[in-house]
Amino acid sequence: MTTTANETLASADLPQETDGSTPPSRKRRSSAVKLPTKESAAASKRRERTLTVLVPICVIATLIALWQIMVTVNDIPHYILPGPGLVVQSLLSDWHVLLPALWVTTKITLASLALALIGGGGMAILLVQSRWIETALYPITVILQVTPIIAIAPLILIYAPSTQAALLICAFVVAFFPILSNMVQGLKSVDHNLLNLFELYGASRWQTLIYLKLPASLPYFMTGLRIGGGLALIAAVVAEFAAGSAGAGSGLAFRLLESQFRLNISRLFAALFLLASLGVLIFALTSFISWWTLHRWHESSLKREN
Amino acid sequence: MVIAEQGSAESKTPSARSLKSSRPLVAMDNVSKVFSNGTLALSGMSMTVRPGEFISLLGPSGCGKSTALRIIAGLGDVSEGEIDWPSFRINSRGLPDGDISFVFQEPTLMPWQTVFGNVYLPLRLKGVSKKVASERILTALESVGLQDFADAYPRELSGGMKMRVSIARALVTEPKLLLMDEPFAALDEITRQKLNDDVLALWKATGITVIFVTHSVYESAYLANRIVVMKARPGRVHSDFPLHTSLERDAQYRTSEEYRQACAEVSAMLLEAMGGEEH
Repeated sequence: MTTTANETLASADLPQETDGSTPPSRKRRSSAVKLPTKESAAASKRRERTLTVLVPICVIATLIALWQIMVTVNDIPHYILPGPGLVVQSLLSDWHVLLPALWVTTKITLASLALALIGGGGMAILLVQSRWIETALYPITVILQVTPIIAIAPLILIYAPSTQAALLICAFVVAFFPILSNMVQGLKSVDHNLLNLFELYGASRWQTLIYLKLPASLPYFMTGLRIGGGLALIAAVVAEFAAGSAGAGSGLAFRLLESQFRLNISRLFAALFLLASLGVLIFALTSFISWWTLHRWHESSLKREN
Repeated sequence: MVIAEQGSAESKTPSARSLKSSRPLVAMDNVSKVFSNGTLALSGMSMTVRPGEFISLLGPSGCGKSTALRIIAGLGDVSEGEIDWPSFRINSRGLPDGDISFVFQEPTLMPWQTVFGNVYLPLRLKGVSKKVASERILTALESVGLQDFADAYPRELSGGMKMRVSIARALVTEPKLLLMDEPFAALDEITRQKLNDDVLALWKATGITVIFVTHSVYESAYLANRIVVMKARPGRVHSDFPLHTSLERDAQYRTSEEYRQACAEVSAMLLEAMGGEEH
């Protein structure tokens, strides 16, 4: 009893290396090889980051150049394949038509994604509460998922109060399922010992949900968010193709169809460019949200150190 | 001699000791447990746990040690027989309400919480505010030597440190009974010995009652002052005997003749318990 509890401190298993920049055990063997210093490590990291941005830009620039060359050399008429210059031109001149359309599509996509997040997450929580609720409801969600949205769209268009509402419902239905199924998986994958621990400490159902199940399923939810974000945009476009609505409230999909009918191919390309940009933006945004919420603790957001 | 030693430890923490009565902490009477798949995990197990004991539950794998420990913790129902917790507050479900802590074989930490957050959990579930809990959490962390790692996430810690967090979380509620289910089985020998010494020190300092499940004879003989050897298929108590020593349980004790003898005795008992089994 010469030592108190406080003195029997952890020292045997404290991390021996906190710096991490120099691999410790290789010194003797590879004395000829220059070990990376902190400065050179930072420099190589910077170079890597620059390359990560530069390489894709170069590839895209090359492809655009090839496109222009092909159009010029073969003398392709602009109503079949316009050059990139013409596309940029119509992007600027048709801005007053394309921008409202972009805004409409963005609104529908984001609104349906938000609804799918709330609906999918909430439904998942409901499903895992009892096996009977799951047995009763899960098949319906599967049927809804496996039926192609383009096939249900006409029905939804008939019953929905407005075209906008119909588009919203279509995009919601498509984005809903990946979020639901991922979330269900997450809620069911909670460490059993942690569940035992919560039971031991007399945690209520509510506490177990808030402090254990929800945070534990966050990585799964984020996967659902990334998939759902992409699908919501696709569904919003597909549904608008089916609806074929015209007028002031129409989105990018309608502008695509309209350009096709009028053989205004450069505007079609411009609309396509905006659509792709929106998709990339949604992907970047959902990826960032996922990284931001998980980077402090989850393996998927950590760089491997070895 | 051990009793005298414990006496000196008792005098250090009179408040902890005075809470104790002669009533047992846990009384298991003829308990059987059948799993839903039909496996008979425990059959007619009886055991009484008295305050201040350091019990080692020893036995071959699959003998129901962990099942017995879970039943003592109030996790899972008893199929037959009775278990009672005479010294604990009992909740509406007839189970002990707090005062029992569990350390699993794995650290079982929440990866999204810091070390502080993980240790805070038992108090948070009881509705203690962070402000009030803070001091107790830091004391618990200090007792396992992790006071400087309160803001670290579990992934930043080594296996031994994660286990220490798990122990700190078990201690933060100042429980009467600490249940440990092969807590250090996955650790390397050096870390394991260190943690064994730490658990012993905590036991001496706080007077907590410990039940320690292990399949290591050496660990049992080093730590426990009472050894319960279990027999497998179905799980039941084979022998239950005290293990006293005149020596201080420390690094020197590990190399002493007395420890060697204790190991031999425990080992013989374990062999006897495994007798008749095919290997």
